[in-house]
Formats: sequence, C-alpha cells, structure tokens
Amino acid sequence: MVRTMLDVADLGHTYQAKDGAHDAIDGLTFTVEAGELVCVVGPSGCGKSTLLRSISGLIRPTRGTVSLHGTPVDGVPADLAVVFQDYSRSLFPWLTVQRNVEFPLRELSKAERTARAGEALAAVGLENAGRKYPWQLSGGMQQRVAIARALAYRPALLLMDEPFASVDAQTRFELEDLLLRVRREQDTTVLLVTHDIDESVYLGDRVLVLSKSPARVVAALDVGLGEKRDQITTRSSDEFVELRAKVAGLLQSAPTAETVH
Amino acid sequence: MKRFGTFAQRWVVFAVAVTVWELVTRSAADVFFPPPSRIARAAADVWFSSAFGEHIVPGVSRMLGGFALAAIIGVALGLLLGRSRTAMAYLGPLFNFMRSIPPPLLVPFFLATVGVTSMQLPTIIFGAIWPVLLNTVDGARGVDATKVETARAFRLSKVQWILGVVLPSAAPKIFAGLRLSLSISLILMVIGELIGSANGIGNQLVRTQRDYDLPEMWSWIVLLGVLGYLFNTLLLIVERRALAWQPKHSFETQAQAIGG
Repeated sequence: MVRTMLDVADLGHTYQAKDGAHDAIDGLTFTVEAGELVCVVGPSGCGKSTLLRSISGLIRPTRGTVSLHGTPVDGVPADLAVVFQDYSRSLFPWLTVQRNVEFPLRELSKAERTARAGEALAAVGLENAGRKYPWQLSGGMQQRVAIARALAYRPALLLMDEPFASVDAQTRFELEDLLLRVRREQDTTVLLVTHDIDESVYLGDRVLVLSKSPARVVAALDVGLGEKRDQITTRSSDEFVELRAKVAGLLQSAPTAETVH
Repeated sequence: MKRFGTFAQRWVVFAVAVTVWELVTRSAADVFFPPPSRIARAAADVWFSSAFGEHIVPGVSRMLGGFALAAIIGVALGLLLGRSRTAMAYLGPLFNFMRSIPPPLLVPFFLATVGVTSMQLPTIIFGAIWPVLLNTVDGARGVDATKVETARAFRLSKVQWILGVVLPSAAPKIFAGLRLSLSISLILMVIGELIGSANGIGNQLVRTQRDYDLPEMWSWIVLLGVLGYLFNTLLLIVERRALAWQPKHSFETQAQAIGG
C-alpha cells in the first residue's frame, strides 16, 4: 500500500520586508511516500524553516501547493504533528510531562488520553517520568517528551524541525536511534529538516539536498543503508561515507536559484 | 530549632520597635501618642465588640469585593486585549491616561454620580483595576513564539489556548499586578469610608478622631496595618501554590529529588 503522503508542488514563498521582497523558497517540488523518512538538508538560512511552516500550514505560501494524503493543505491539518528544535520553549513548563503529552489530545476521553500518553512515553523510554515537570529533566529527555507528545497525537505526517540540534553529540546519537526505532515500530511518516549532513544520511530513506536561498531541490538521493542502522558500523560503512561526501559536495557547490535559471 | 530561628529573625526588629515605642510614649505621656499597650487594650475592646459586624465586616467586604471584581475584569480583559494584534495600539494611550489619575480623586466623582451608599465599590474597582489589567496585557503579549506555533500546530482550541497557555504564561506578571491592586484596594476602601460612608473602618477613624478618642483611633489604624499584612500574606500563599511549577520556587524539592 504505497501511496503519497505528502505532495509538494512548485512551492514558493516570498517575505515582504521594508527593503523589498525576499524569496525564502522557490519552485520546491518533491513527494514523501507513506512510511518514509525523508531528510531535508540545506545550508543554514536557506529557507528550511519556511518550508516546514508552509507544509504545516503555519504560514500560507505565496505560490504552489502542498497536499497531505491528497488533501490540499489550507490551515494546519488535523493529522500533522511538529517537533520543534527548541524543546524547552515548546513544552509547557506548568504541566507535568504526562499532562504535556495529553494536552493536545482534547478530543479523546480522559481514559484514552492517559493510555495514549502512557504508551507514547513508554515508546521514548520515559514511562517513569510522567509526574515530573519538563525542567526537572535533561535536554535530551525534554526532547523525548516533545517526540512522545507528537507520537501520542498519531499524526499521518511527523514534521521535525532540527530536532536534535540543541542537544549534545552523545544525546543526539541516542535520540537518532530512538527515532529510527520508533518510526519502525509505529510506521510513522517523517519529514525531518536538518543542517547536519551525517544526520540526514544516517536517518533518511531519502535525502533532499536544498540550494542556498531561495531554496530549491538540488538532488534527491536514495539512501540504501537498510532498516537496521548502527551509529558505529553504519557511519563507517562505504555506502555512508560515499553518500555523505556526495551530499557535502552538493551543498558546497549548491548553486543559487539565480544560476540555475 | 531552625524554624524558631527564622521566626525570631523575622519578628525581632518588630518587637524591638514596639518596645521602644512603648517606652517613648510612656515617658512622653502625650495624649496624641498613646502607648501601644493602651492601643492594644482599646483594640481588644473595639475589634471584638459589635463594631466587628457593624464596621469591620462591611469595610473588609467592600475591599475584597472590589478587589475580586477588579481582578476578574482585569485578568479577563487583559488576556483578550494582550493577545489582540491591534487592541492595545488603540487603547494603550487611553489606559495609561486613566491609570495616571490618582484613584482617590475619583471619590468625589463617584460620590456625585452613584451616591454615598454605593460609591465604595466602583471607586475600588476603577482604582485597583489598572495594575492587574496592564500587567496581564504585558504577560499575555509575552507568550514566546515557539509556544504560539506549538499551540497552532497541535490545533489547540480557543479555550485551551487562552486558559491553558496564555493564562499560565502570564501568571507571574498577573500576580505582580494583583499585589499592587490589593494594596490600592485597601487604600481606596479607607478613603471612600473616610469621605462618605455610614459605616466601615474609615468611618470609625473619622468618628474617633472627632471625638478625640485617640487610643481607639490608633486601634483602627493598627487594624488597617494588620489587614494589609494579612491579605498580602494570603495572596503570597496563593501565588506560591499557583506558580509552584516554576523552577525557582522548587529548588529545594529539586535538590531533594537529586540528593535522594
């Protein structure tokens, strides 16, 4: 049952500023199939956040269309969840971990909310932290809570905006493996934006390389590393090394949209 | 033992001040400055007599009623105006103008328009609403961008957004406003009763002053101090409970959790 979960067609967004218009993204076209984990990697400031905000309906793009399982996105879709980079601001400090995860599930009964939040917290290895407050946890654990909150929502598409950029390297490896395990177990479709080349190759089934601002898709690379990945062996495999060099090369020589025209 | 130490530390200066006051007023023997022991006796006689029901209860009810209404209106209005993109641009100058009017000056106005019997409440509400209203607006505006986007991305309902995100985000500033509003409420209650009221603490203050009953007059002044201290303490207790989620209030529990 392979079907297209996300269809982005000729997407463009122009910000109107005092000193003239600024094209953040332009002519972006790609798809994400159901069950896929796609990483978007691009130079910093290339408009990755604008892309995520357009897909999640937080901003209305100036040009092009976004469709989620065939439905055009107009406003925030009901079955989409976002994990933000800044977990400490994204979580609500006045709610316990359990209540943070339950908070968006308002349409469910109390018993269902509790059960779902419990499941999601167990999936990220925080089954015993439900009664703590987010600030009592380490940064990595806080981001796990944010991931659990998104999982409990059971989204058709999980958007992740540089989710591991604010944690230390050791924790990042743990969270990357956690994400791979969880999406395998729950068959979640994920679109993850990052500026970290290694991370994009390690996590992705496919890597979309973006150009400098205004962002366009320069290349879409299939990652043939298989389902089971390991921080040490995968990262030292020939395939991984080759791919990361390729992505790095594409990023370095990434033409701006003007030179493509 | 440690608890007793903190208690002593908090009250030793107070006790010394009262003792000095007692000694000085006794040696001066001035009718205008009765010694604290004399005031205490007057207070014991007056506070727990029929004056309790006739003057203290009405006065305190006015103050708390006015404060409660100012708080409810101020918080509700402040949350809505603070999250509106344009409202404060229009209303800001007007609010700052109204806030700048010293609230006691409104007593003659309300006296003329609403009359002696019911002018207390509007005076307190109008005077006490500004700190809580403007602080709530400030707090509601300060919800950080990530929380705004999180709320939108998870499609929180309007009620969840206002009561579940904006209100708790603004709570620390709201409480700062409430403390100011509380002390203004006390001041306006007395001033209203001084100028025009058939009963109340201010009314008794004027009466005893006219009768040259100085110990009793002082006992009413002391009562105002006691009430101010009491209500402020109660508000602080409420604040601590409401903001218990804040890290800075919980360092001790956190240290205990870590230390096992």
